[in-house]
Amino acid sequence: MPLTTGQAIAAIIVMALVTFLTRALPFLLFDRGGTPPKVVLYLGRVLPPAVIAMLIVYCLRNTQFGFGPDLAAFAGWAPQLIAAAVVVVLHLWKHNNLLSIFGGTILYMVLVQAVF
Amino acid sequence: MYRRAFRAAFPATVPVLMGYLAIGMAFGLMLEAIGYNFIWAFFMSLTIYAGSGQYLGVELLGSAAALGSVALLTFIINFRHLVYGLSMLEKFKGMGIRKLYMIFSLTDETYALLSSARVPERVDPHAYYFAIAVLDHCYWIAGSVLGSVAGALLGFDTTGIDFAMTALFIVIAVDQWDTYRAHLPALLGFGVTVVSLVLLGPDSMLIPALCAIVVILLFLRVRLDVRAEQPRKEEV
Repeated sequence: MPLTTGQAIAAIIVMALVTFLTRALPFLLFDRGGTPPKVVLYLGRVLPPAVIAMLIVYCLRNTQFGFGPDLAAFAGWAPQLIAAAVVVVLHLWKHNNLLSIFGGTILYMVLVQAVF
Repeated sequence: MYRRAFRAAFPATVPVLMGYLAIGMAFGLMLEAIGYNFIWAFFMSLTIYAGSGQYLGVELLGSAAALGSVALLTFIINFRHLVYGLSMLEKFKGMGIRKLYMIFSLTDETYALLSSARVPERVDPHAYYFAIAVLDHCYWIAGSVLGSVAGALLGFDTTGIDFAMTALFIVIAVDQWDTYRAHLPALLGFGVTVVSLVLLGPDSMLIPALCAIVVILLFLRVRLDVRAEQPRKEEV
């Protein structure tokens, strides 16, 4: 654990408060009538897809591209890219969140533990 | 009053039960894998109560992120909740003290259930909404504690379990790709973050990427806002 217990509790409190704040803001600002600024509505519409794309790259940030004669050379990038592609294909095919998430994760675990 | 409301609400929440148990368990497993046991899982799910937010939280705890980064990233990943609240203003009116809990527990899934809720006859609508919110919250807590305990007891090799977070975000992205007509924001988010990763490296890429995305989106407003489109359905 890189954080002390106190630091971890502080981080969780911050996460809880900020999460509550994002849910409470519309009620604090607009419950007595009044319309939200257009720029907020605009960001509310365009930010989510951009942020999710950003987080996908962030999750895959430790990908290292390598090539070589043996399988181990591909270990830095092949498991995550194969599993990510499988998640996309599964989801386009069945549109079932659980199947896509768990199918991809189990495949990834098999790939990093047993194959590469 | 509440007996009837909970009995009526339960069938409507069964899909969320399945989803939250599964995704909550993956959260518990990931949290256990970085050294935080079921007590942490319980309190995080009780107090934060956000799917993708808590997945990111595992990452933030694991990488010992500074509190400022924790606040900013949590705010941004939950920014979409602002939009949810706007469409619940009317629904929560007159709920009294329960309204605070309704606002706290407005996750993607609860939002989806509430916006499509058809309150059965002879059931008080406010009690029905409240029952849905409480049941969903319980499923989420149960799932995360179960996952965490399973990770500790079974002791199987959980290497790679963290991919559940990547998979969750990919699933959301695929759904968003279908939902939104403009794909520029998603492509922009991807491109800017890759550039940030290449320039700044994996440890300090995130906040600069985030700021650049917000600034560029504000610049592109003239172009993107003309189409003034609404998402056709909710994301996960």
